[in-house]
Amino acid sequence: MGKPELLDPTPDALVDRDELVRRLLAGLPRHCVLASREELKPYECDGLAAYREVPLAVALPENEAQVRHVLRTCNDARVPVVARGAGTGLSGGALPHPRGVTLGLSKMKSIVSIDPLARTAIVQPGVRNLAISEAVAQYGLYYAPDPSSQIACSIGGNIAENSGGVHCLKYGLTVHNVLKLRFITIDGEALELGGEGLDAAGLDLMALAIGSEGLLGVVTEITVKLLPKPQLARVVLAAFDSLEKAGEAVANVIAAGIIPAGLEMMDKLATGAVEQFVRAGYPLDAEAILLCESDGTPEEVAEEIERMSEVLRSSGATEIRLSKDEAERLKFWSGRKSAFPAVGRLMPDYFCMDGTIPKRQLGKVLRGIEALSKEFGLQCPNVFHAGDGNLHPLIMFDANVPGQQDIAVRFGAKILELCVEVGGTITGEHGVGIEKIDQMCVQFRPAELETFHAVKSAFDPMRLLNPGKAVPTLQRCAEMGSMHVHRGQEKFAHLPRF
Amino acid sequence: MIEAFADTIRRAAADGKTLRIRGGGSKDFYGVALEGDVLDTGSHAGIVDYDPSELVITVRSGTPLTEVESKLAECGQMLAFEPPHFGAGSTIGGAVASGFSGPRRAAAGSARDFVLGARVLDATGRDLSFGGQVMKNVAGYDLSRFIAGSFGTLALITELSLKVLPRPVAEATLCFEMDETQAIDAMNRWAGQPLPLSATCFVDGILWVRLSGAQAAVDAALQKLGGEQPPERTAFWTSLRNQSLPIFATASTLWRLSIRSTVGPLDLGPQLIEWNGALRWIAADLDPESVHRAAQTAGGHATLYRGGAKAAGIQRLAPPVLALHQRLKRALDPQGVFGRHRIHPEF
Repeated sequence: MGKPELLDPTPDALVDRDELVRRLLAGLPRHCVLASREELKPYECDGLAAYREVPLAVALPENEAQVRHVLRTCNDARVPVVARGAGTGLSGGALPHPRGVTLGLSKMKSIVSIDPLARTAIVQPGVRNLAISEAVAQYGLYYAPDPSSQIACSIGGNIAENSGGVHCLKYGLTVHNVLKLRFITIDGEALELGGEGLDAAGLDLMALAIGSEGLLGVVTEITVKLLPKPQLARVVLAAFDSLEKAGEAVANVIAAGIIPAGLEMMDKLATGAVEQFVRAGYPLDAEAILLCESDGTPEEVAEEIERMSEVLRSSGATEIRLSKDEAERLKFWSGRKSAFPAVGRLMPDYFCMDGTIPKRQLGKVLRGIEALSKEFGLQCPNVFHAGDGNLHPLIMFDANVPGQQDIAVRFGAKILELCVEVGGTITGEHGVGIEKIDQMCVQFRPAELETFHAVKSAFDPMRLLNPGKAVPTLQRCAEMGSMHVHRGQEKFAHLPRF
Repeated sequence: MIEAFADTIRRAAADGKTLRIRGGGSKDFYGVALEGDVLDTGSHAGIVDYDPSELVITVRSGTPLTEVESKLAECGQMLAFEPPHFGAGSTIGGAVASGFSGPRRAAAGSARDFVLGARVLDATGRDLSFGGQVMKNVAGYDLSRFIAGSFGTLALITELSLKVLPRPVAEATLCFEMDETQAIDAMNRWAGQPLPLSATCFVDGILWVRLSGAQAAVDAALQKLGGEQPPERTAFWTSLRNQSLPIFATASTLWRLSIRSTVGPLDLGPQLIEWNGALRWIAADLDPESVHRAAQTAGGHATLYRGGAKAAGIQRLAPPVLALHQRLKRALDPQGVFGRHRIHPEF
C-alpha cells in the first residue's frame, strides 16, 4: 500500500469540504458544483479504471471566468486541483485527488470560430477531437492528430497529454498542430501563449504547456491549425511470417524515402483477438501484419502505393492486399482501431503499455516481451504505431484473480524498463499520469527530475495542480530504488499512492 | 569536452560571471544584447548517431550545419525546417538555439518541431538529457523543445537529436505576376488545398511558389496552378533561405513580423512575404511602437531583426507572461550564468 512518506508534499488545505463548496458556489451556479457521494462517483477514475479515488468535489465551469474562480478559490484555500477533459486518458492523469477538486472542462464545448482561409479554428477545451474535423470538413479541412479515442476524447485533454495518433508520423503530434492557447495559472491569471502567426515573442511556453498533464495550468481556449483534407487515402495490408521480417519491412519503407500517412503493425495474438470482434478480414496465419497507408492526390497515392508495395514485397511479405475503395480501407482499419476493445472482450482486464523505441530495436524488444509473457504467465498481444516505434503491448489479466493485477503491473513495468534500456521512452503518447510515475525514476536521473520540479515551481509554487502525477518526487524514486532491492515484496501499484 | 564546458560553467557561477554561448557566431547580429564571456562550442563537433531508417540524427552542438546537411543529403534526407546559413560557421546548435526556420517552415514545421531530444549542461554544470532519440516521447515536460529558440539563455546545448525527413522526389518552382493583395489571397487559398506546396514568397510583384513531393503530385499541381517556370529555381530559394536576396542584403534596418497569414497589405515599407503570408519582412527604419501595434492588431508580434536600436525593437510581453518568463529564468538559471537580455530586455 502507499506509504505516507510517498505523499507529494502538498500543503494542508485551509478549509473543509463545506466551506470549499460554499466558496466555489460564490462564482459558479449550483448545477456546476458536485459534492455528494453519488454525484462524485462517475468521476472516480478516467480511462485507467484500475485506479479509483473519490474527489472532495467536482467543479464543472461553463466559461473561463468560472475556471479562473475555481483555480483562485483552490489556490487561496490550498486545495489540489485535477483538471479533467473527457476522462478517456489511459495513464490515470485525471485520477482524482482525495483532498482535491476535480475541474471538469466538459461543459466548455463550443467551437468559437473557424477561419477557413487562415486554416485555423478556435475551440474550447471540452470540444471532442473528431468534432473539430467534422465542423471544418465543409471547407475541405481537418485537424490532423487523431488519437484512437478521437470520437470521445477532448482537445483539452489532447493538449494535456500531447496526444498523437495513427497519422502523427506524417502530420505530427498535438504540439505541432496548435498555434495558440489561453492558459490559466493556479492563481487564476489568464495568459495567452503562442499567437496567430507561426511563432510568438519570448520563450516557447507552448512547448512546456502542451503535454504537461495538467501540472502547469488549465487551458480554456485553443487555436488549432487545420490542414487540407487529402483527396484520397488507400491502405496496403501486408502479411509476414515473422515479426522480425515485418519489423525490417517497416525500416525498409522509411529508408526508401517514404513517409506513410500511417504505418501500423499487429501481431498474431492481436489479429486473432480482433477477428473475433470485427471481421476485418486479416490473414490469421500471419505472424504479423502491417497496415501501410498513403494519402494525397490520386496521382501521388498511386505512385506511393506502387513504391510501398514493391518494398513490402522485397521485404518478404507473404501476401499484399490493397484497399480497392473507401469502404475496404475503413474495413482494414476497423480491426486496428478496435484492437483495445477486442482484447477487452477476451479478458476482464488489460493494461495498455505505451513505450517507444528506436525501430531497429523492435525485434529485440518483441522477443523480450515474449519472454516476459512466459515468465509472468500472462498473455500480451501487441499493436504498434510501427512507423514511429510506439508500442502498445496489451497485458491481459483478471483483476478478480487474487494477485493477478500486481503481476500485470510488474510485467508492464518490466516492458517499460526494457524500452528505456534500448534507448526509448516509457511513454510515447499516453502520458505518465499515475500509471508510470515509478518508471520516471528509471528514465530520468535525480538532477533531471529536479529540473522538472524547478519548472513546476515557476508555474505552481505550492504544487496544487495535479499533485503526485507525471513527475515523481526524488523521495519517491529513492524509496522505489530500495523497493527494487527487495523485489518481490514490493506492493507498488496500489492506491492511495499520491 | 563536456567536462571542460561544465568546469567553465561552474567557474563562471563561482565568480559571478556571465557566459555567452556561441557556435559559429553567425547570428551575433541578432538579439538585444551580447553579454558575457564567449563560451565557444565549435570544438564540440561530430555526428554521434545516424540511422536513416530511424529518421533521427544525433549530433554534437558544435557540428557545422553544412556537415550535418551534407551527411543527410548522402542518404537522401534533410533538415526539413531549412535553417538559414548566415555564414560558413553556422552550427547545428546555433540553428536550434536560435530557432530560426527557413522557407519550408509553413509546410513542414519549425526548428523546435523537429527537436526530439537534447543533452544540455545546466547553470550549475550538470549534464542532463531531455526528450530522446525516438519520434514520440511525452515523459516529463518537453524541455528539449522549450530550449529551442532560447538563444543560450537557459542551458548549454551539447547534443541534439533531430527528426529528419526524406528529400522530396520531385521539385518545381512557379512564378506569378500579381499584386500584394492577390498574392496573400493566393498563398492562403492554395495552402488550404491538397497541393504539394513547400514554400511561397512574394517579393517585387512576383509570387514564387515551390512544389515538392511525388513526381505525379508535382506534375498535377503544375498543371492546375498555371504560372511560369523560371529558368533559375533552386538559387532563388537558397538566397531566400540565407537572406541574401537584395531586400535583405541592402537593408540597414530589417523588421520581422510574425502574424496571421491572411492579414492584407501592411503598407509599412519595402517588404518580402513568406510562409503563406504568416511572415513579413520589412526593410525600413520604422517607429517601433507603431510596428508593434500593427503586428499585435494582426494577431502576432514584430521583432527588429537587423540594425537599429534592438531593445526598443522587441515586442513587449503581457505582464503575466513576462513574469512567468522571469520566474522560469530564475528557476533554471538563478545566477544568470547564461546571460540575460539576448532575446528580451527584461529577462
